[in-house]
Amino acid sequence: MKPRQQRMLALGLAAIGIAIAAAFTLRAFQDNMMFFVEISDVVAGNYPKQRNFRIGGLVVDGSVEREEGSMDLRFRVTDMACEIPVSYVGVLPDLFREGQGVVAHGRLGEEGVFVADKILAKHDENYMAPEVAESLAKHVENKTAPLRDGVSECNPNDS
Amino acid sequence: MIPEIGQFALILALSLAICQAVLPLIGAHRNDAAMMGVARTAATGQFVFVAISFACLTWAFVTSDFSVLYVANHSQLSLPTVYKISAVWGAHEGSLLMWILILSAWTLAVSRFSSGLPEAFAARVIGVLGLLSIGFLLFALLTSNPFERLIPAAADGADLNPLLQDPGLAIHPPLLYIGYVGFSVAFAFAIAAMLTGDLDQRTAKWTRQWTTLAWLFLTLGIMLGSWWAYYELGWGGWWFWDPVENASFMPWLIGTALIHSLAVTERRGLFKSWTLLLAITAFSLSLLGTFLVRSGIIVSVHAFATDPTRGFFILSFLGIVVIGALALFAWRGPSLDSDAGFGLLSRETFLLLNNVLLVVATALVLMGTLAPLVIEMMDGSKISIGPPWFEVAFLVPTIPLVLLMGLGMNTAWRKQEPSSWLAVLRIPAIAAVLLGVLLPLMFYGRVSLMLAVGCLAAFWIIATSLVQPIRSLRRKEGAAVITRSALGMSVAHLGMGLFVLGVTITSAFNIEADRALTPGESIEVGAFEFEMRELRDVEGPNYSAIEAVVEIRRDGEYVATVRPQKRQYLVQQNWMTEAGIYATWNRDLFVALGDQLGNGAWSVRVQYKPMIRFIWFGAIVMALGGLIAVSDRRYRVKATKAEKVSGTAPEAA
Repeated sequence: MKPRQQRMLALGLAAIGIAIAAAFTLRAFQDNMMFFVEISDVVAGNYPKQRNFRIGGLVVDGSVEREEGSMDLRFRVTDMACEIPVSYVGVLPDLFREGQGVVAHGRLGEEGVFVADKILAKHDENYMAPEVAESLAKHVENKTAPLRDGVSECNPNDS
Repeated sequence: MIPEIGQFALILALSLAICQAVLPLIGAHRNDAAMMGVARTAATGQFVFVAISFACLTWAFVTSDFSVLYVANHSQLSLPTVYKISAVWGAHEGSLLMWILILSAWTLAVSRFSSGLPEAFAARVIGVLGLLSIGFLLFALLTSNPFERLIPAAADGADLNPLLQDPGLAIHPPLLYIGYVGFSVAFAFAIAAMLTGDLDQRTAKWTRQWTTLAWLFLTLGIMLGSWWAYYELGWGGWWFWDPVENASFMPWLIGTALIHSLAVTERRGLFKSWTLLLAITAFSLSLLGTFLVRSGIIVSVHAFATDPTRGFFILSFLGIVVIGALALFAWRGPSLDSDAGFGLLSRETFLLLNNVLLVVATALVLMGTLAPLVIEMMDGSKISIGPPWFEVAFLVPTIPLVLLMGLGMNTAWRKQEPSSWLAVLRIPAIAAVLLGVLLPLMFYGRVSLMLAVGCLAAFWIIATSLVQPIRSLRRKEGAAVITRSALGMSVAHLGMGLFVLGVTITSAFNIEADRALTPGESIEVGAFEFEMRELRDVEGPNYSAIEAVVEIRRDGEYVATVRPQKRQYLVQQNWMTEAGIYATWNRDLFVALGDQLGNGAWSVRVQYKPMIRFIWFGAIVMALGGLIAVSDRRYRVKATKAEKVSGTAPEAA
């Protein structure tokens, strides 16, 4: 083949390859995108229905309950304004702790309980997922009340 | 005192890096031998001072000098000495210093073993490496000084992250960095070639040796990281498509493409500008990886603590490197093309396809990794792309890639005769189809479409990569023995086949169960029964642990006992899972302790992972292939002789 043909062949193949890959992956992208939704928005009803999403915040102190000897777990997560109950069955990550940051993947079940299929807590104590940190910061700002006793009222329609 | 010496040495290294960059580049331009002569001396000096600096930091760790902030934050008195040493590169500042050390070591190696290169070319290569050194040294000195003092000194350190207290992780970063940084050599060769105005076959051959060397370290580094994640993160996965894993994987993919493209440039003088572009891309992706890991902009299990100034610095550096290199490429690249042609059915065509598919694969990984950032910038919504997407998307380019691989390596350069080609490939094809369907049926009792495709691809690669070595063994008196370079290719491809086999079988037949267990209870997973015999307390040097004694039986017969632990490290009070694994060549039995559930029960994750060792073993074989190819001295000297026979017996790719 002559160099010009080679180049045409190379470009043609690359274009076809990229077109197929792009078409295919953009379709699959839609199904695999998982949105992060702030807890206040979940409580207000602004969350993607019929599909999984992520929430994140702090595990409320004293909220972790489990039936003795069972893997079923319930706890509440707060974004410092609103709280949401979370249920989970399975093994927890090592750094899961009350008062610490957590991210949960799952969907909203009945009675406003977030049914998690995956729980993430970060490997490093000092590290918090940026979206969680941001979400917390938003609700702690402008609040004069001390952190512990219910930072602010949960007023979902506010935001 | 010692830390100040370390910092001072680092500043001296920066001065020498400036000499190493500026003088040889000007000298090469003016053809001034004295100025070019500075290159090797400055490179040696720079290495010596960086090594002194690194030794000072190591000394501060070994002697637990907690008046150094970085040491106080990442070490602790009761930490075992070996982890005090590996803690040097356990966080941002020290790992950056190690990066610099490795860069200067590569530079030293290049300057020592480049006597065969034209003087001006070698001076340019070393000069470009000096420019990169300046960037990283400035990065360290301006934003991430590892020698910063803590006054008053801490009484004890904050300890090394327990996850990093592990032999696998002690050597994973050095290997990975040797690979990452090694691509800077290929980058420097590319820039030097563009400055010189030509990429001749001899230079391509040189670049290829260095690139293969870097590639084999990167392969081992990624392999170790995967293995470490498997047993140390505690949950039994071997690849998570985490942004930082992707950050190391993208340079690997492009580096692989580069090795193949260099083969064409070396043998046939073709694909020159494409090769240069790949060399630039491979190194840019290494830098991008650094940026992703160290800026904190991406959600990852690996992310270092966030610091915007560092992110900004690396991004600017990346910008300068990429824009500078691409501008040079736009100016000089097009003039490098050659007029030689090749047949439609030829080694060149397959290597072209290899490159297209590898680039598509890289683009997909890049897209999945950066999409969350881009979408957040566009409309503010925070999304993540899960592993399921990567797992499916990645197969689109890689299935054709592995199928074509078997064809390409048995195709002649220039033009292949179809009839002899079919004759050679018939037996591997039949073997692959038979084994691909029969093996899963015989050993695991079922077969599905994806499983058959995976096994078929694996056996296809294995069989086709054996064709040339077997031929060489059965050669007639006087016929040419296989070259090391061709043997290296066969071995590396064989490793790929073993890897594909491991991935296919593990993902198809892995069994996993989470269950609450009290001592005396047992669960069944596959053909195996796991009984928790007892729970007991264990004391380690800097942790205390709860250990479960789990007995594994098959059909009532004893197989093994594993002892998974849940450790609490005393200083940071972190809990950590230490899995209990019983491994044989064809399967792993994996037990990890979860949480205390009350009533004496623990949640336990039990897994049966058939053939998972093939994943890492395959990667080791790939690296071994790289090593064999690099060791081909004979080939380095006399490439032209081998070219003559390439019409009948295909040579290295």
